[in-house]
Amino acid sequence: MRVVVVGAGIIGACVARAAVVAGCEVVVLDRDQVGSGTTSRGEGNVLVSDKPPGPELDLALASRRRWQDLGDELGRDALELESKGGLVVATSQAALEPLSRLAAAQREVGVEVEAVTDPTHVEPFLTPEAAGAQWYPQDAQVQPVLAAAAVLADARRRGVQYRPGTEVAAARTGQDGRLRGVVTTSGEVIAADAVVNCAGTWGGVVGRRLGGEVPVLPRKGFVLVTEPLPPSVRHKVYSADYVANVAASTEGLETSCVVEGTRGGTILIGASRERVGFDRSMSPLTVQRLAAQAVALFPFLAGVQLLRVYRGFRPYCPDHLPVIGPDPRVAGLFHACGHEGAGIGLAPATGDLVAAHLTGLDPMLVAGVDPAPFLPERLLRIPEETS
Amino acid sequence: MSTSTFRFDGTDIAFVPGQSVGAALVAAGRPSWRTTRHEGSPRGLFCGIGVCFDCLVTVDGFPNERACLVLAEAGQQVSTQEGSGHDR
Repeated sequence: MRVVVVGAGIIGACVARAAVVAGCEVVVLDRDQVGSGTTSRGEGNVLVSDKPPGPELDLALASRRRWQDLGDELGRDALELESKGGLVVATSQAALEPLSRLAAAQREVGVEVEAVTDPTHVEPFLTPEAAGAQWYPQDAQVQPVLAAAAVLADARRRGVQYRPGTEVAAARTGQDGRLRGVVTTSGEVIAADAVVNCAGTWGGVVGRRLGGEVPVLPRKGFVLVTEPLPPSVRHKVYSADYVANVAASTEGLETSCVVEGTRGGTILIGASRERVGFDRSMSPLTVQRLAAQAVALFPFLAGVQLLRVYRGFRPYCPDHLPVIGPDPRVAGLFHACGHEGAGIGLAPATGDLVAAHLTGLDPMLVAGVDPAPFLPERLLRIPEETS
Repeated sequence: MSTSTFRFDGTDIAFVPGQSVGAALVAAGRPSWRTTRHEGSPRGLFCGIGVCFDCLVTVDGFPNERACLVLAEAGQQVSTQEGSGHDR
């Protein structure tokens, strides 16, 4: 089976690798190059802590195990895979109870988590005002562009063809209505038995061009970068409000900071979410709020310079679950996009799910995850057939 | 043209008004004023326009100032920055 993967972000890279391992012949297209979309605009989060029990957490747990496998196979340094652990901080007494309730529910479905009474033992520079925290040893991080490039390079060693600078314009459809490949913007036809839409935030557009639009929308997010410092933040540290914000559906600006050190010495401060379409403009107010929240968590940051700010678009579906699986309207079209701010963490298991869908194997067996909650059907109102 | 001086690692560096610290250092034949965090390699001006953060330097006790953007001022204390500039 010949498969065209549209998009060379972390999802496309993991889908391509899983598909070639499953025996498919794979071509990866990207209108730009590896990791040039949302993959390079985040922090490389591989988190289980921020997800309440449910399908996304199941996918995250399966994916966390697969990141470990990838680290073993490709080398942890090649991915900058760091099992640094996450500390979720209750900044007030009021936040303590909901946080420990969340932790208890997560523990029941296999998340490793333990309560920390004095979080400054875990993070010495944390504010002494913190009411308490939960420690999540499974939380990890990769350098997302390195990881996407390393996974794609491994896929290419296994025979995957990679074509950067190639944009999909339309579907090539057989007389039976089945997808037979894609037509590029330069008019080239690339034949395939299946096409996988891994276009991330642009998955809606690519889906439409291929005859199967999916409701994937952008949510703008900022990340602040400080000057390099000696190691001072050891883990992923965020306030418990982050969990509430990730799941929130409000239109306006939401900020709840995630603070972490990098191998390079800089400290990254995320993560805002704003629904402003594909508006890339700078928002000083957002930067200000993130910085203030970071200083509230780590008071020493008040005396530290910001070097720069970067931003990108998190692709989300209306129900905040990614869309993974065959399009019921267009035979041969598959989707794997809409992972919002969790795409790096969810990518390896997403690849496994897609490979199972492509080859007809049982996704539960291949990926260890129930595929049903992610299928495109839930998002589509399919016109009834008239006979 | 009038010139003034600032101190760089114990020597006087002349500059003309409006010149950046980085420009004055290069003009004085000092192409490097920082070492990298891991390898200790020398660094100076690269982009020269405030984007690359390669030319970081310690000015009046504050590390990580961009030499290409900081205007030279008489009596400034400029020093080579080693590593992050925060190492203790």
